[in-house]
Amino acid sequence: MIELRQLCRSFQIGDQCVHALEHIDLKIERGEYLSVMGPSGSGKSTLLNILGLLDTPSCGEYLLNQAATSQLSEEGRATLRREHIGFVFQSYHLIPRLTARENIELPLILAGMAPKQRKPLVDKVLTRLALTDRAAHAPNQLSGGQRQRVAIGRAIVMKPQLLLADEPTGNLDSVSGREVIELLEELNDEGITLLVVTHDQSIGERARRELKMIDGRIASDSANNTVATSTAP
Amino acid sequence: MRTADFIAFNLKLIERQRLRSAMLLAAIAISVMAINLLTGIGEGGKQFVLGEFNLLGKNVLIMLPGKKETTGGIPPLTGEATRDLTLRDAEAIARLGNVSAVAPLIAGKMEISHDKLSREAFTIGSNRAFFDIRQLEVAQGKALPQLPFEQSQAVCVIGSKLRKALFGTKPALGQWLRASDNRFRVIGILKDKGEGLGFDMNEAIIVPVANAQALFNQAGLFRVFIELRSLDGLQKSQQRIIALLKERHEGEEDVTIITQNSLLSAFENILNTLTLAVAGIAGISMLVAGILIMNVSLIAVSQRTREIGLLKALGCPARTVALIFLSEASIMALSGALLGIVISELLLYVARGLYPTIPFTTPLWAQLGSALIATATALLFAAIPAHKAANMAPVDALLDKKARQA
Repeated sequence: MIELRQLCRSFQIGDQCVHALEHIDLKIERGEYLSVMGPSGSGKSTLLNILGLLDTPSCGEYLLNQAATSQLSEEGRATLRREHIGFVFQSYHLIPRLTARENIELPLILAGMAPKQRKPLVDKVLTRLALTDRAAHAPNQLSGGQRQRVAIGRAIVMKPQLLLADEPTGNLDSVSGREVIELLEELNDEGITLLVVTHDQSIGERARRELKMIDGRIASDSANNTVATSTAP
Repeated sequence: MRTADFIAFNLKLIERQRLRSAMLLAAIAISVMAINLLTGIGEGGKQFVLGEFNLLGKNVLIMLPGKKETTGGIPPLTGEATRDLTLRDAEAIARLGNVSAVAPLIAGKMEISHDKLSREAFTIGSNRAFFDIRQLEVAQGKALPQLPFEQSQAVCVIGSKLRKALFGTKPALGQWLRASDNRFRVIGILKDKGEGLGFDMNEAIIVPVANAQALFNQAGLFRVFIELRSLDGLQKSQQRIIALLKERHEGEEDVTIITQNSLLSAFENILNTLTLAVAGIAGISMLVAGILIMNVSLIAVSQRTREIGLLKALGCPARTVALIFLSEASIMALSGALLGIVISELLLYVARGLYPTIPFTTPLWAQLGSALIATATALLFAAIPAHKAANMAPVDALLDKKARQA
């Protein structure tokens, strides 16, 4: 489903050029469960942003469903994000003035769906995430675990193929964190492709495929142990 | 995104930021109110003045002593001349072919008393024709009798306010009034008609012109109203009157004739300019409101950077992000405009109650125009912040370090 070819991403910070990603080659199949681990600054968030089409590579190519994305406009990328990709953030990114239900409903509203069609979809997600009785609560009336469940609900309401989670348990205690990761795994079991960026070893090890990043390169890939050395220039 | 959803989304935002929204609403409402109120007052004044002149028929000429040399502007309302305009002049004009009626006029303030009550009243010396030309109606009794110009008779017709001041609830008809050494019997009471360009006919007393000459000890006329039989010969009649007066005044052309049209157009020009100037001042307050909208929107964009990032991550196109900000501004502008129009209408309603003779009404063009300008200003000034929001890179917006975590 996803293919990265010799993908680089560099940033200009002052007069210094920082290479966040260097010549990444990566293939991800539909329904995979990956974790990306590595120290701060290793480029894991940059990788996630590029996979999520929030950021664009400096060079190389990103193919999503066999289609090249480098020539797309921001509008084109927005459409792909809307239809294919769900995001879960460490800090939830819920809109504080909206209730749990309205936060989950937001992608459907932005997509221009009629209220009649939206309601059953949101109801289904609320039931699935056991949030029905919290639906009318504002985010600040919810616990961290509940907030992240609302954020997950928002990520999956459009039925995306790819779910990208950036430190989804980073702000949670171990019990809520475990619940959230189990929920993400259940969604993966139902067919969604799941990629979790984490620095938590115990969470990273739960994934079927583990990527380790160091200095903008994939240092190890549990699916292919040769990646790290073969791509080095 | 659907229109209803844009509105719902923005209403939640506006509700959440009550104070900010209220201030913005007030700014827009005040500027719209200023436009409506000021044009309302300007138009009211204009309609009032025009209405006053319209009391005279189109076929009425006003003759003043003195010659006005320049053209344009307001004709002299008080003429100055070495040679008086006399009753004989008026008589001569009355004999001209196209002239149907002539009303000579002498006016001034005079102490009028009855028993122990007295009142300084606007005293007009004229004749029966004056009632027709000025469209004065008599509520009780009758108008001045038909008299030769130079014949005096000790009768008067008084305005309703003067009647009340001097007689209270007692009957006034047939009673005698004193004005300096003269006595006048009240033969009629004017119908309540309101102000008439400076002179309030309700407080006036009208006596035969010959009596007024004696009262004021003055032979010269203040002005002469000339009613023509038809409008066709207006230009020609005017020339004939001038020629006649010139002949009577030893070859000197020392009178001015004003037609209603020239007076109206002069006043209308001035009053239109005034209304426009007033609207312009109000427009400046709109500009101030616009700049306020822009600042508030710019602050909103930087406060809501993370939200914009989220919307973009959810696949919201740049156009929709811009529309969210623009629709918020339009909602504020439209409700502010509506509020402003409602308040200004209420104030004008009160003003009409206080000054019933002046028709304070905001013309429709000013109401629609102010709402339109408010919305256009809001959109124009919100466009820059909206554009800024729309063009943020999603990843930068999401990672806005300045904002607190939601």
